[in-house]
Amino acid sequence: MSKQNKPSSPLLQKTTASMTTFLASLACVVIGLLVGFIALLILGGITIAQGGGSVSFGELIKITWEQGFKAILQGGFFKTANTMGMGVRMEILQAAPLIMTGLSVAFAFKTGLFNIGAAGQYTIGAFCALYCAIVLKAPWWACLLAAALGGAIWGAIPGFFKAFLNVNEVITSIMFNWIGLYAVNTMIYQGGTGPMFNSNTTKTFTLKQASPDSLLPTFNFKSGGKDYFGSMFEPSIGIFIAIAVAILVWIMINKTTFGYELKACGHNKEAARYAGINEKKNIVLSMSIAGALAGFGAGLFYLSGSKEWEPLVSTILPATGFNGISVALLASSNPIGTIFSAAFISHITTGGGFMTAKLFPSEVADIISGVVIYLCAFSLLFKGRIMKLFTRKPKAVKSTSNDNGKEADA
Amino acid sequence: MEDYVIEMLNITKEFPGIKANDNITLQLKRGEIHALLGENGAGKSTLMSVLFGLYQPEAGVIKKDGQVVSIKNPNDATALRIGMVHQHFKLVECFTVLDNIILGAEPCKGPMVDRATARKKVVALSDRYGLKVDPDAKVEDISVGMQQRVEILKMLYRDNEILIFDEPTAVLTPQEIDELMDIMRGFKAEGKSILFITHKLAEIKAVADRCTVLRKGKCTGTVDVAPTSVEEMSRLMVGRDVQLTAQKDEKVPGDVVLEVSNLTVASHVHKNNAVKNASLTVRQGEIVCLAGIEGNGQTEFVHAITGLDKVVSGSVKLCGKDITKASIRTRSKMGMSHIPEDRHKHGLVLDYTLEDNMVLQTYWSKQFQAGGFIKSRAVRDYANALIEQYDVRSGQGATTIARSMSGGNQQKAIIAREIDRGPELLVAVQPTRGLDVGAIEYIHKQLIAQRDAGKAVLLVSLELDEVMNLSDRILVMYEGEIVGEFDPKTTDVQTLGLYMAGAARKE
Amino acid sequence: MWLLLKYTLLYSCVLMLVALGGMFAERSGVINIALEGIMVIGALMGVIMINVLNAAGVNPFLGVIITILCAGIAGALYSSLLAFSAINLKADQTIGGTALNLLATAVAMVVAKRVNGNDSPKITYSSNANAVFNSNDFSFQIGPLTINWFFVLGLVILAASWYILYKSRFGMRLMACGEHPQAADSVGINVYKMRWAGVLLSGVLGGIGGMAYVVPAVGDWNFEQGVAGMGFLALAVMIFGQWKPLNIALASVFFAVFRAMANIFDSIPFLASLHWPKEIYNMMPFVASMLVLAFTSKKSRAPKAEGIPYDKGSR
Repeated sequence: MSKQNKPSSPLLQKTTASMTTFLASLACVVIGLLVGFIALLILGGITIAQGGGSVSFGELIKITWEQGFKAILQGGFFKTANTMGMGVRMEILQAAPLIMTGLSVAFAFKTGLFNIGAAGQYTIGAFCALYCAIVLKAPWWACLLAAALGGAIWGAIPGFFKAFLNVNEVITSIMFNWIGLYAVNTMIYQGGTGPMFNSNTTKTFTLKQASPDSLLPTFNFKSGGKDYFGSMFEPSIGIFIAIAVAILVWIMINKTTFGYELKACGHNKEAARYAGINEKKNIVLSMSIAGALAGFGAGLFYLSGSKEWEPLVSTILPATGFNGISVALLASSNPIGTIFSAAFISHITTGGGFMTAKLFPSEVADIISGVVIYLCAFSLLFKGRIMKLFTRKPKAVKSTSNDNGKEADA
Repeated sequence: MEDYVIEMLNITKEFPGIKANDNITLQLKRGEIHALLGENGAGKSTLMSVLFGLYQPEAGVIKKDGQVVSIKNPNDATALRIGMVHQHFKLVECFTVLDNIILGAEPCKGPMVDRATARKKVVALSDRYGLKVDPDAKVEDISVGMQQRVEILKMLYRDNEILIFDEPTAVLTPQEIDELMDIMRGFKAEGKSILFITHKLAEIKAVADRCTVLRKGKCTGTVDVAPTSVEEMSRLMVGRDVQLTAQKDEKVPGDVVLEVSNLTVASHVHKNNAVKNASLTVRQGEIVCLAGIEGNGQTEFVHAITGLDKVVSGSVKLCGKDITKASIRTRSKMGMSHIPEDRHKHGLVLDYTLEDNMVLQTYWSKQFQAGGFIKSRAVRDYANALIEQYDVRSGQGATTIARSMSGGNQQKAIIAREIDRGPELLVAVQPTRGLDVGAIEYIHKQLIAQRDAGKAVLLVSLELDEVMNLSDRILVMYEGEIVGEFDPKTTDVQTLGLYMAGAARKE
Repeated sequence: MWLLLKYTLLYSCVLMLVALGGMFAERSGVINIALEGIMVIGALMGVIMINVLNAAGVNPFLGVIITILCAGIAGALYSSLLAFSAINLKADQTIGGTALNLLATAVAMVVAKRVNGNDSPKITYSSNANAVFNSNDFSFQIGPLTINWFFVLGLVILAASWYILYKSRFGMRLMACGEHPQAADSVGINVYKMRWAGVLLSGVLGGIGGMAYVVPAVGDWNFEQGVAGMGFLALAVMIFGQWKPLNIALASVFFAVFRAMANIFDSIPFLASLHWPKEIYNMMPFVASMLVLAFTSKKSRAPKAEGIPYDKGSR
């Protein structure tokens, strides 16, 4: 039978594994940024040429860097945009819901489900939070819970379809994204008579007017003796709540029997059933929790009071939902990792908005994020390559004995 | 100068971490039946895959009619008129028999498949060789025996003259095996050359002219079959004398542990019931074996007992309590252990570590859980204890990912887990499938130890040798019904075969 | 009523084309969830070409043909990204497809803004499209119903799809790759090649479908919304149609009725009298698809090997 290879220390092994995962994600990011840079270069060149101007390639690179790529790299810290901490605030406000949608997708991944429905759950969560705030004047924490509950219900439906009707959760989630979007718009607008709808602004009422108690508390910190954020631009504590939730989710997945069951279902549904785990219940639960996380994220965003829902122009699904996929993939579904990957995505999308719009459309940031997901889809390939750099000799993956499954399963 | 039609000289094929073929030479004479003998995992299938162009060897040459040839893919093999019946049939289930036979070599009129021409040729071949098939039936609806005939017709349709049979008898009844032997002799008489892969010595004695033996990826010799004794070939195969008859003492069975009455279970594949009105009991201290050809309802029967499948009618009682509708977890708590048929599908979460797999059935118990949190220390200690006690070998001990372990050690881990729970009833389904002799012996000993400790064991096996060796009682299942009960001491393999094939039944 | 029929025919044509595309990909074993994105790219190409060709004064009939070809080619090129990641790199097909969907919308917006030269992702082409699609060159009358040649093209493609899938050697091999790639490989069929073919075909049809969805029906298109879920509806049509061309054609008519109502509900007296908001009609095809899938999915039989990357080495 197998000659044992000298067992290397488990800790070292773990470190190597997470190191390669990190490097693989980093490779995705770098390539994504590179594609973004090239896109900017082309766009800038075309626009300048269209305008009748002509610049040398060197100058073009300089323009692309100064007015475009630098903004993406610097994100909220981009100098011209960060007066009184505005840029950073924007980035923080966006990062909080992104962490949550990222967690939502990552959590479902752990159970072997692809929650592409974070956008719809986010939409419903936004509605529930705003309804509790504007109509019921509930305190912020109650609004957050309502948002989570709304998202949970919207996540549970695809879970139910998957568990009991054998419909692929991807298709269901997508359909319910659209259903959710149209439903929320109708309920808020109600032909212009909705109780949450301010016909003067064609948006929902601002929380500041309607229900100040529903706004999340804000925070500030001293930098060089002064408040970093101007008094008008204090960010909400949503980011800290999101980080706390990420840690809770990590504990739930890695330390509890519930997490053990969910992961077992995700890796091998049949084996989970064999072990007496109710896999249907777990699918519904997992999707509900994923939905709750996404809905909660919407709560964190809309209860920060920086944006209102616009039922007449919201004909597209919220990008935060889909960016959650990039966040989760980039983090290899590690809940703690989502904090950092959400910060990154928020960073580049915020930065994208600060580029000189005439030359560079802000959607270039979305292109980067799309490229990153595309690369993450086969990042296993990167992992293999990187792993090879770490391990000199071939790993004892297949046992050295000859009774492995290969032959029998051939 | 011998007339070799195929020569594989000094073939070496490596997979990551394993040398599947190490400097193997095999020479096939024109018009002979040449057996390739070896245990599971000895490298037989790999060698044939090299010949068939599915793998490229790292070293060695292949000669056809004395000329060096390069076989890069199955097309090259077909062009050299080499054909193969794979161990697991390569048939598209929703296609008709005809479409499966012609796939890849379709006669065409323009871009259209000319099925009329194809049908004529297939029917002619089928008549000529007595390979009865229905060209219009879908493969998913026909029997395993007929599927094999379709595979054989695939080779004949391509006018192959070198025919490879990869473990062709594993899925057949003894009677069907005899038929297959006749067909192979017929091919030989027509001048075709046959490579016959097997690990069953009796079959080699019956049909083969010469035999090449592999062990652990190396060639241990080529012998003429007629003057060579079975014992000698066996020694070449396993490297020592093996005593495959397990030793066990007489034992009087105790109380009834499992009582199944009139069980009927629906099938997942077809509209009929997979198990029909089947009853059996298993008592303390006995091994009851459910024998039968694969796909005759054993899987569904076991799934109904263990709770993986729902029951249509009938009842299952464990230690006197009705568990027909009980959840899997309840059954497990009541003392049922289950060594599943498919260790990758059911038995293990392959991406979990070995230690996590060791507590797959018990992670929720007080021993490993407190307040919803897993006691990782307790899990680690328990896993280490089992690894030690059952000699489960792996790269990184308890933290090894189960996927990276060898099949034998994976199976040992499952057996350790299921036996250590101290079950009243142990349901073991094909516990030795795909393992080498050492592991098989070990597992047989463990099963007998359970019996001797007064536990009830229900064993489902396709291997008649295993059935005859281990069981105290044998029940034969055919098309979902239990068609006979036997005492292994007073019956023989031939009799069992008749029942397994549905040619006889006891009322 | 004639208006409802007109739009139903148009949308069923779109859904059918795209769903047939999805069918070819999935029959070869690749889940193409990127159809939505492929449609966006096709639509983008379509509106740009129709504007460009019209400005260049090309004969309308010829212009439409060129537009269709370009949309198909654009779709095929875009789908090759999916093929590369799913087939050659063995990436997760659903994730890869999702990435391409997001990427397509982002690319379309960037391009649309550049084309417009301002910050609006909406491209207007109504005069150009009307000039072409409603001209006598490209449509004919059956009673009070105006049918354009596009519909005829759809029928031709439907017939061709059926013929290719069931009667040709290519179709037989394609299906074998989606059902049991190991079997196909063992008889010398190049699984990678067949899967590439399946995905590229889906790209062509998806691209044409995207163009057909946007150009003939409305006069301007805001690329911020991509194609508003039409690609996903086509996937539902494909599942409802059980991966079979004729069933897909019927299923697409069913869904198209709902989709058409959203366009013209206020011109049908009965529906207008209900005073339902437009959003309800927008929602309908999605609700319908969920109901249909809920009731049919237990019996549904997808190609066995779809979604599973084929690795030659591991057999």
